[in-house]
Amino acid sequence: MIGLKDDETRLLPLMLAPAVSYIALLIGFPFVLSIAYSMTNISVGTTELKFVGLDNFISVVGSQTFWVALKNTCIITLVSQVFVVGLGNVLAGLLMADFTGKWWVRLLILLPWVAPISLGSIGWLWIFDSIYSVINWTARAIGLLGPFDWPIWLGQPDLAMASIIIVNVWRLLPLATVIILAGLSSIPQDIHDAAHVDGAGFWRHHFEITMPLVLPITLIAVLFGIVFTFTDMIVVFVLTRGGPYDTTQVLASWAFFTGIQGGDLAEGAAISLFLFPVLVAVAILFLGVARRTEVT
Amino acid sequence: MAIVEARNISKKFAEVTAVEQINLTAEEGEFLVLLGPSGCGKTTLMRMIAGLEQPSAGRIVIGGRDVTDLPPRTRNIAMVFQSYALYPHMTVAGNIAFPLRARGTSKVETAERVTWAARMFDIERLLDRKPRQLSGGERQRVALARAVVRKPEVFLLDEPLSNLDAKLRHSARDELKQFQRNLGTTTLYVTHDQVEAMGLGDRIAVLNQGLVHQIGTPQQVYDRPADIFVATFIGSPPMNLVELDDVVLGFRPESFLPEEVHPAQDGRSRLPFRITRSEYLGADRLVYGVLEPPYPPTHVISKLPTNIRVEVNSGERHDFAVRLADLNRFDRASGRRLAEDGEAASATSDLT
Ligand SMILES: Nc1ncnc2c1ncn2[C@@H]1O[C@H](COP(=O)(O)OP(=O)(O)OP(=O)(O)O)[C@@H](O)[C@H]1O
Ligand SMILES: [Mg+2]
Repeated sequence: MIGLKDDETRLLPLMLAPAVSYIALLIGFPFVLSIAYSMTNISVGTTELKFVGLDNFISVVGSQTFWVALKNTCIITLVSQVFVVGLGNVLAGLLMADFTGKWWVRLLILLPWVAPISLGSIGWLWIFDSIYSVINWTARAIGLLGPFDWPIWLGQPDLAMASIIIVNVWRLLPLATVIILAGLSSIPQDIHDAAHVDGAGFWRHHFEITMPLVLPITLIAVLFGIVFTFTDMIVVFVLTRGGPYDTTQVLASWAFFTGIQGGDLAEGAAISLFLFPVLVAVAILFLGVARRTEVT
Repeated sequence: MAIVEARNISKKFAEVTAVEQINLTAEEGEFLVLLGPSGCGKTTLMRMIAGLEQPSAGRIVIGGRDVTDLPPRTRNIAMVFQSYALYPHMTVAGNIAFPLRARGTSKVETAERVTWAARMFDIERLLDRKPRQLSGGERQRVALARAVVRKPEVFLLDEPLSNLDAKLRHSARDELKQFQRNLGTTTLYVTHDQVEAMGLGDRIAVLNQGLVHQIGTPQQVYDRPADIFVATFIGSPPMNLVELDDVVLGFRPESFLPEEVHPAQDGRSRLPFRITRSEYLGADRLVYGVLEPPYPPTHVISKLPTNIRVEVNSGERHDFAVRLADLNRFDRASGRRLAEDGEAASATSDLT
């Protein structure tokens, strides 16, 4: 019994150490490094580091591609979240119903989430392929496409954006569905029964009872989705490489192309730092929502 | 206001039969209590009347209209759930207004009715709060207000008092009865608390394992139980049972008194009794013991008001007695009450 208190005070830092060192090494260090890089002239071949202040940021903001990438990042993130939440609600609602094979359907729906993003995206690369596109051939076979229509999914700027959004929706829908499903099943049956007896019809029940009650947890799903889409470069990298002519570039992919493939580490670091304020805002929202759900 | 009838209602879940062939009628304006042990099918029966559960067989008739195949919202009933089921994201006012809005009541009338219902349950100062900011008793009032606000034909109350502490429960019971009297709405009330049932019910339906064992006034159910189950389920401590050949004799502990102080001078039956121990409960004494020959050695209990000052000591033998009119006879095989001379058949029957 003696020394138990001492043990605890020693145990506490010991238990926290893995988490703290994980954050410090894998998140803190790269973050500090990229702030440092963004203010130098570092590139792959630099031998002599020079402090350049905010020059890199100024050059990034002055570039046409930056604004395209910023716009694309926002559009892709927002549009895909709208679809994810809408479809996630519908899907979760359907999965709440009792039917045989429910377990398998849930597993199938969750699969895109557990599959590596790059593998999934490569699959989609084939679906959108300019010659073999399953979509086009199917559409022609059932007469949706005329003999001279042949959309080049990844080659036309609008369609390329749509393709990227589709893949993002496909990838994020499972997580959102499962989160919303958890929210739906946490509503006590009595509440639904009370609404029935109180005379609520389908729409009133859905919009005034069910939706508000799953809203907090849906917000969590949205925030997750925003973080994942906003920082993702793999989908763009695999599908379009930012093309045609940088029209589908997003911040993360452009940072990668500039910093790693283009060798300009400093400017790449500067670009990626533009993700930071958005992610901070999302994180603050996260905490707010988490606290609110705690209370109810 | 309407008559509620359950005609031959049965409900089978996968393996369990929750409700079996129940026939039940709640008269206009009546307060009918469904009483039974946990799991006997009370909630299931009530949910079928509400339309939340489809019966496997039988019909539900409310106000002369067969509503078996109609959804809950067309039945004009109000239900108070054991958990109260308040909408957690709405204020108290929003909760009470919800059934009205669902019926398309005008804004002005909704506001009026909400105020009326809130005043009735004395919760006007809570109207802007969320359910989570209320105490159990306040939630219960809100749930009741939400139920009365639309002036339904029938109230269904599923153990609405079970979440309250003993003291609050007592006053809530009183108010509940009061407001039901005032509104005169037919009410079905589920409980497994016999004191609640006796105090509230115009009539009590005693259920066990999906079957109705007896329907009658509290007095009928207590004094003339239809079978051994009802006899032992109602009353605390339960009715004493003594097996004599193929008849089971039953008498309440409070009618089993020392012979010398027995109020009835004649028409009583003497039972010699060996006392094993006694308990002092304030207003009463419970005297435990075993019957002596000619009766089989059965454990029985006597409940003596404390103002009866007869000495009853452990280990002693004492002559006790029961008024003949207080003796119940049951058939040993079926457990059913044996009709006595002059006793109306209806009192023994469980079918109404
Ligand atoms: N949805 C269901 N599926 C399967 N069995 C059920 C279902 N609902 C109730 N039952 C069963 O039916 C029987 C009656 O249940 P019910 O809820 O009506 O009991 P109760 O009398 O209300 O009990 P309590 O006093 O504990 O509330 C129980 O054996 C229960 O397990
Ligand atoms: Mg119940």
